Amino acid sequence: MLPDPLKSHRTAAALEAFDSAAILGGHTDRDELTLLIAPERIAGICRMARNDLGFIRLSAITAVDWLPAEPRFEVVYLLHSIDHNERVRLKCRVADGQEIDSVTSVWRGANWYEREVFDMFGIRFRNHPDLRRILMPLDWEGYPMRKDYPVHGYKYSYPSDQEGP
Amino acid sequence: MMEELKVHTDTMTAEPGEPLAPGTSDTTRRMTLNMGPQHPSTHGVLRVVIELDGETITKAVPDIGFLHTGIEKECEVKTWHQAVTLTDRVDYLANLSNNLCYALAVEKLMGDLEIPPKAQWMRVMLVELQRIASHLVWLGTHALDLGAMTMFFYCFREREDVLRIFEMFSGQRMMTSYIRPGGLALEPPRGWQQRVRKFIDAFPSKVDEYENLLNTNPIWMQRTKGVGFISVETMLDLGVTGPMLRGAGIAWDIRKSEPYSSYDKFDFDVAVRTGNDVYSRFQVRMEELRQSARIVKQALEGMPEGPWTANAPHMMLPDREKMKTQMEALIYHFKIVTEGYRVPAGEAYQVIESPRGEIGYYAVSDGTAHPWRVFMRTPSFGNLQSLPAMIEGALIADTIASMGSMDFVLGDVDR
Repeated sequence: MLPDPLKSHRTAAALEAFDSAAILGGHTDRDELTLLIAPERIAGICRMARNDLGFIRLSAITAVDWLPAEPRFEVVYLLHSIDHNERVRLKCRVADGQEIDSVTSVWRGANWYEREVFDMFGIRFRNHPDLRRILMPLDWEGYPMRKDYPVHGYKYSYPSDQEGP
Repeated sequence: MMEELKVHTDTMTAEPGEPLAPGTSDTTRRMTLNMGPQHPSTHGVLRVVIELDGETITKAVPDIGFLHTGIEKECEVKTWHQAVTLTDRVDYLANLSNNLCYALAVEKLMGDLEIPPKAQWMRVMLVELQRIASHLVWLGTHALDLGAMTMFFYCFREREDVLRIFEMFSGQRMMTSYIRPGGLALEPPRGWQQRVRKFIDAFPSKVDEYENLLNTNPIWMQRTKGVGFISVETMLDLGVTGPMLRGAGIAWDIRKSEPYSSYDKFDFDVAVRTGNDVYSRFQVRMEELRQSARIVKQALEGMPEGPWTANAPHMMLPDREKMKTQMEALIYHFKIVTEGYRVPAGEAYQVIESPRGEIGYYAVSDGTAHPWRVFMRTPSFGNLQSLPAMIEGALIADTIASMGSMDFVLGDVDR
């Protein structure tokens, strides 16, 4: 459900009219619109935003680990429309081990960003054409950007870090 | 483990060639060429696995991550104040642009900070000088890769002047950390006006020199015109930004569309060309050199008077002199250095136009003195993703020109 102050927002209202079940919430913080999307519907919402609302650019995809919150991760989609000079942030909350649909079929540029999120957080994207590690070596163990991953890694940790997560 | 390593080297899907029967001609076999990780034309550590059919590239797979240093992870164990130094090291040819983007993101999170005009104008002047320095490195190395060695010496001569200006301001040539959340790190040094004026008065004639050498040079034109074509739709789809997009006729510049740091008070044109090849990207960047010089000149002549930091003693390190005479200054210094300043909980995504395109810093705070998450949307990462689309189907000899025209920095790609 869209909160009342956002009902008059052009983009938020259009997305709500398209698929009201997908919008779980939203807010404007520091003049930036954030919409919380149901993870299973993200690909449809993104396709609609790109094709009908003019968000032809995907600025980036990233994730935030909110350990110990549950569900643990937030996948963040940063959309940009050159024509309307507008930016929107879409967020999906996913639990550890939960898969989320890839948006590579909407923007091809999502490919590397989703690989990076997989590499750093271990979030898997369904239907991604080539979900491999991108920055870390392919045989790396663990997901470095998770909050329970020590900053020195496991191999070179100090004794106090040895217990692991 | 061996299995995994094998996958790592087998980035290509090409089948290994079967031994041919004696007497048959080998005209249809494809060749896989490994370019990099240590290749001089990448000016960093990039590996591209290229599949060739004769001289034509049929498939290209970039392999990145060789310069990954975990900057985003490291931000989380630093304080907001300390993390500035890490932003220098992301794009090591555009340090001040990264400083500025980080500072703007943190200022957006802080909310009620008012950055005085002098700091804003000084920031604009410095990042435009940074753009000049960065484009000069690009021009020098790009031309060097294509055989025009003189350009390299010309460009690095002028870049040295810019780096000396940075050294004068911050004490550092490259890792300046000069733009900080709340303003500037130090008071602008005495005599900076003369130094900058001397450089900026001479610079436009230097750009003329470069253009004299290259603009109508037949070798340069043959190597760059019509090379590295990639359609506008593909570029937008793949997240390409900056001069590459402007070389394809899209007049999108964040300095104009989402002005930050009082860019709306400056008079400059967005450089656009429509050729959509290596040559038009070259033209766009040459025009940007002139426009940046224009902006620096305006900043120099109209520099407002006043303080160079916001009135935020809890964020900015106090003056050394004050620390010796005022108790409060000493306390603030101790607090900032030992525990850092707190940033209100929330999130902000700040974008600016760097020499390479759109830098975005997505900063998330949980209300403590340490960033919860700092994500850096770097322009080189997005631009490099278009490399296969650009070189597949083209000649292997044009790869260097195409890659040069993207102007990526591998530190910026891998972070």
